[in-house]
Amino acid sequence: MRAIGIVLAGGNSNKMGELSNKRAIAAMPMAGSYRSIDFALSSMSNSHIQKVAVFTQYNAKSLNEHLNSSKWWDFGRKQGGLYVFTPTITADNGFWYRGTADAMAQNISFLKNSHEPYVVIASGDGIYKLDFNKVLEYHIAKKADITIVTKTLPEGEDATRFGVVKVDADGRIEEFEEKPVVATENTISTGIYVIRRRQLIELIEKAKQEERHDFVKDILVRYKNLKKIYAYNLDSYWSNIASVESYYKTNMAFLQPEMRDYFFRQYPDIYSKVQDLPPAKYNQGSCVKNSLVSSGCIINGNIENSILFKEVYVGNNVTIKNSIILNDVYIGDNTHIENCIVESRDTIRANTTHIAEPGQIKVVIEKNERYVI
Amino acid sequence: MIKKEMIAMLLAGGQGSRLGVLTADVAKPAVSFGGKYRIIDFPLSNCINSGVDTVGVLTQYQPLRLNTHIGIGIPWDLDRNVGGVSILPPYEKSTSSEWYTGTANAIYQNLQYMEYYNPDYVLILGGDHIYKMDYEVMLEFHKENNADITLATIPVPMEEASRFGVAITDESKRILEFEEKPAKPRSNLASMGIYIFTWSVLREALITLKDQPGCDFGKHIIPYCHERGDRVFAYEYNGYWKDVGTLGSYWESNMELIDLIPEFNLYEEFWKIYTKTDSIPPQFIAADAVIDKAIISEGAEIFGEVHNSVIGPDVYVGPGAVIRDSIIMKSSRIGAGTVVDKAIVAENVTVGENCELGIGEEVPNEMRADIYGFGLVTIGENSVIPDNVKIGKNTAISGETTADEYPNGVLESGKVIIKAGDR
Repeated sequence: MRAIGIVLAGGNSNKMGELSNKRAIAAMPMAGSYRSIDFALSSMSNSHIQKVAVFTQYNAKSLNEHLNSSKWWDFGRKQGGLYVFTPTITADNGFWYRGTADAMAQNISFLKNSHEPYVVIASGDGIYKLDFNKVLEYHIAKKADITIVTKTLPEGEDATRFGVVKVDADGRIEEFEEKPVVATENTISTGIYVIRRRQLIELIEKAKQEERHDFVKDILVRYKNLKKIYAYNLDSYWSNIASVESYYKTNMAFLQPEMRDYFFRQYPDIYSKVQDLPPAKYNQGSCVKNSLVSSGCIINGNIENSILFKEVYVGNNVTIKNSIILNDVYIGDNTHIENCIVESRDTIRANTTHIAEPGQIKVVIEKNERYVI
Repeated sequence: MIKKEMIAMLLAGGQGSRLGVLTADVAKPAVSFGGKYRIIDFPLSNCINSGVDTVGVLTQYQPLRLNTHIGIGIPWDLDRNVGGVSILPPYEKSTSSEWYTGTANAIYQNLQYMEYYNPDYVLILGGDHIYKMDYEVMLEFHKENNADITLATIPVPMEEASRFGVAITDESKRILEFEEKPAKPRSNLASMGIYIFTWSVLREALITLKDQPGCDFGKHIIPYCHERGDRVFAYEYNGYWKDVGTLGSYWESNMELIDLIPEFNLYEEFWKIYTKTDSIPPQFIAADAVIDKAIISEGAEIFGEVHNSVIGPDVYVGPGAVIRDSIIMKSSRIGAGTVVDKAIVAENVTVGENCELGIGEEVPNEMRADIYGFGLVTIGENSVIPDNVKIGKNTAISGETTADEYPNGVLESGKVIIKAGDR
């Protein structure tokens, strides 16, 4: 594909609560066996983008670990590759990334030294499959300066945590309001953009001169009347996980057969780092209903309507309902967990109870030592 | 300069004919094991875990699955700038062209490969056992004894020793005598088919015996070296080691993985077993599913019941289906309402709805009673079994079968339907 990719994965969100204390949102475990950024990276890889930069800043340890090899997404090529850019102090810069545009400004050489004519920009917190070639075709057909991939939210869903757009009959964006107090439209920006590389360099350098640092506020919103900004409306599944509720909901959606069929069975695949874990083991007395279970789990207890990520140990006489248990959690005997998200690498002692009211989600972080000597 | 202290040569060319239809189209080392693994994953993982990063894999019989599985060795971290894994098939030469005619002949034909790495020691491995072994410890033993050849041996119960080649040793573990399948064994140290040779000794012996027809390590090379007075030692290994050469032992060792604390534990943090992962998604267990005692791999979808079984990646078990004491390999589908009792179902098999596998009394198999025994139903890869049929014990099926091949809808115990592949 005639484009390079940029994944903006530096951000934090207070809507993520304690879950983001541990990692950037882009590194949030997803759907049992994946991490959030896998969806953007896989879509780029499957669209034959060969050169991808990931901008990280906030709490990037888990993310860097996840990206320590590019081979899982097939970016380990002679042409291109996977680049991880964290802020560095240089002779002419002493700042962290002050915004998404600043992140690109600080790495402008990556944009300048590439030869591909287009850039695909995506965030690391979207769950979707998208052929970016289709977006690029649309972009070229519309002779657009910038194309924003948009999604029309179903009635009743809260649009105020997104950029809300108003689109004319031709698809051109007339209005763009970032995180409005009251949303008048239900079409939102997914944070995925296609733009000509030279155009992007020009806009970024301009913004830098003016000491403006945010790609949405300082470029998209300011230029919406000057530049031709078009909306490519997505009709396939898309979800943003950057709040505890949507994270829970998006994961639980994978219990639906259509979701599993779309993401797990249909071409193209979603790739992720492979961890060499043994198959899940069910011991006598275990009872699992309507749940997703990942590799490396050992189960002795009862599990219903839940998602077990990798390497979860479930003790005897345990009950887990409507919950998400993240990677490498040890759950001691006689424990009862309902409507919870249990943070990864945690140890839940025997005889513990964590129950949230239906409709509520409790994030469980216990930080116990696993092996008491 | 290229220098490797020890390189490994992994003999993976055998058919493993005692696995019947399971190896009709794949070499035995490529047969799946324990859900997501293949047999060759165990020696390959042992190599990298032991610090052996140069492995030649000698292939001959049906190598396609092996080749695609190994690739450039990424899963085992054997994609190296120098060394790593190399597939070594037989090749045409200017003066002669022959298949690998024996274990040692196969190694002889790859002298150049070994010479390139300039090794001090060569480790000879087979691709048909399930075990975790640190070859580095064995190498230490070899060096301490200033040995020319070290054989890995395992103590077996005296009454079973007559099934193996046994080594009779002195107190220092130097081998005095060999006995191949002795009627009255004098030792219970069975050879595991794993050898460390000092390179110069191996090279000399291979060249000297190059004209020996079907040149074999156990039959020719080691007796030759022993007779001329080389220092041959027996390294004693004490751990899990399982031959999976017959359908019975293959089934049994898979079932052992399901035990509460299995003797062969895949869940230990150290000494991981690596494999090529084709399937990443989690498995789905439906609301009406029942699972007790099982291991289930990535991407499987279980709507029915699974008892005491090993389920491979991307397997589908339909609603109302019951799987008991069975092995279902990768990407196979078990239709709704089908009951599977004590069966080995190979990869990519479709079993129709409302079938019954493993019914009736045990009757010796009419074609190969020595292969298709143990009361098992064995179904070869890519087979299709139509709806509403019943299949007895000690049976084998391979290929796309249709309802008219089952008289009155039944394949009696001891019968076979083999339509594809070698017998």
